[in-house]
Amino acid sequence: MIDAVLSMSGLALVAGIGLGVAAKKFYVQSDPLADKVMAVLPASNCGNCGYPGCRAYAEAMATAAAEGGRPVAINRCLPGGAATIQAIADVLGVDPVAVADAIGPQMAVVAEIQCIGCTACIKKCPVDAIVGANKQAHTVIADWCTGCKACIVACPVDCIVMVPVPQTPYNWKWDKPAGPHDRFVS
Amino acid sequence: MPKRFYVPMFQHIGEPCRPCVVVGQKVLKGEEVGRAEGRISAATHAPTSGTVVSIEEHVIGHPSYLTVPTVVIDPDGQDQWADSVRGLVNPLSVSPSVIQEKIRAAGVVGLGGAVFPAAVKMSPPKDKPVKLLLINGSECEPYLTCDSQLMVERAQEIVAGIDIMMYTLPTNQCVIVIEDNKPDSIRAMSQAVQPFPKMRVQAVPTRYPQGARQNLIESITGQEVPSGTLEADMGILIHNVATTFAIYEAVVLGRPLISRVVTVSGRGIVRPANVQCLIGTPVQDVIAHCGGLNPGVRQLILGGPLMGRAIKTMEVPVVKRTSGILALLQEEIVERPEGPCIRCGRCVQVCPIRLIPCEIAWRAKSDQMDRMAEVHLMDCMECGCCTYTCPSNIPLVHYFRHAKSVILADRLAQDKLRQDKARIQAKEARMEREKAEKDRQKEAMKAASAARKSAAETGKGALSEAVQQGGLPKS
Repeated sequence: MIDAVLSMSGLALVAGIGLGVAAKKFYVQSDPLADKVMAVLPASNCGNCGYPGCRAYAEAMATAAAEGGRPVAINRCLPGGAATIQAIADVLGVDPVAVADAIGPQMAVVAEIQCIGCTACIKKCPVDAIVGANKQAHTVIADWCTGCKACIVACPVDCIVMVPVPQTPYNWKWDKPAGPHDRFVS
Repeated sequence: MPKRFYVPMFQHIGEPCRPCVVVGQKVLKGEEVGRAEGRISAATHAPTSGTVVSIEEHVIGHPSYLTVPTVVIDPDGQDQWADSVRGLVNPLSVSPSVIQEKIRAAGVVGLGGAVFPAAVKMSPPKDKPVKLLLINGSECEPYLTCDSQLMVERAQEIVAGIDIMMYTLPTNQCVIVIEDNKPDSIRAMSQAVQPFPKMRVQAVPTRYPQGARQNLIESITGQEVPSGTLEADMGILIHNVATTFAIYEAVVLGRPLISRVVTVSGRGIVRPANVQCLIGTPVQDVIAHCGGLNPGVRQLILGGPLMGRAIKTMEVPVVKRTSGILALLQEEIVERPEGPCIRCGRCVQVCPIRLIPCEIAWRAKSDQMDRMAEVHLMDCMECGCCTYTCPSNIPLVHYFRHAKSVILADRLAQDKLRQDKARIQAKEARMEREKAEKDRQKEAMKAASAARKSAAETGKGALSEAVQQGGLPKS
């Protein structure tokens, strides 16, 4: 009995010291600029930007901005939209650019008649914007959807589609006046 | 009475309301059809008795020409009040909270044009007592005469409403402000306030935008409302006379806000008039009641000529904020193309709250939205004086509205991002918790099965013993 206790304790001690040393020795200094970029990203890890998660995208942008290598587009974040692009531009000190796809903000809609109620999309939605139960048609809370498309990949019967966020009097914007008519243009 | 009423669910500032009736349901006059959602919201009620024929998307007098959910009611002609419509017999003997609840249930909103729920204004926070109540009887805009007509015809009721408001708030000073070109209204109101020593009527010069809160306060108290603050911070509360009348009806008669006085005017109207109009009446029925349109109407406007919204179709219903319906002929409107700014500074001279309109417009033109706080864009009340006076026809207010909506949308987007992040973190935390829970359960199950195994072994021993003793135990 005492042998077993001693040998296990010894093993634990050795492993603990080893881990402690390794943590100090192989410590990876995280890029403070990448941390700043990460702070403005949605952190939903949806992968629409083409990187494996928000962290990777943030690091890619930060590295490119710091080392002046191949530039990384700052307009790849689909759920973030224009507001996030502006925030990234502010952090990196570059000019903001247009959103990657010019179709405008989008949201997911479940075709409830086709939905089999498998709850696969519910598990995948990073913002818990899909409600429903087993064998019950699901639906998307429109105000919460970020348009990340994670549910589309998850759906086994392809019953989720992306639609443009509908325009209502609540989110409608005044257009910009055309400006003065230039009378010298022929 | 029109053949059909369109009652939109979005007639006020704040959250739109949710329809609480179903298609085919019979409703009585004054019955709630839209329930208020959230703190800053106001209920809507059936303007007459009848049947709900549909709940559909219908166009409203919004500059976007977009639609909102609307309860459509076909009247049955009985015009029968609901049983729930019951007033307080002696409002000055009940607790103020009962009166506030009455106003809230009646869906009363500010009828001067801001359509802010009146119940919220009538419940001032404890740390900001109301020292002075201003009753705004100066018309919002030229053309409009609905408030002055109401004061001539309903002076007693308005004063009774003020009495209730002063008791509810509570406050013991009230000034009724009327422009000096309305002697009839001044006379009627002065007579009505005689039994009440705490109220007085004050005439102010007729000068647009006298009815705006900043100008009203400056005219009466000589104080300026500092930028970015509300009059409530100064201990002042402003209510429009029409709102006061609506509060009287809500508290004393129990009637919800289902009608208002609308000025139907402009040279395009055959018989211009102030009409008491049920909420939800389509504009075409109101105009037909006033004799129809003259030939050559160029523009139809809901509201006043400076701050109102042009409408494209006469199917738009009268809502709580509709103070006027104007049909303007060519001679009454100016349609010239925008020219370059010549830096004449006239807009600076006319701005009633001393902004620099041209500077704001330049920044809006070049999309410098982040530099708008310096020029106090958000203080602008869009009175339209700068646009009206501009010799180059620059649509200054349009630029301001554009800039305001961009800034507002940006703020909302930032809010949403923050919420998204919170939701993502909440979900991750929950997943981790669930995983830990599952692990624990697995452990527990393992332990349980191990225990069962050992128990079974000992049990087997017991069983063989039992068999040896002859006879199996039951179960």
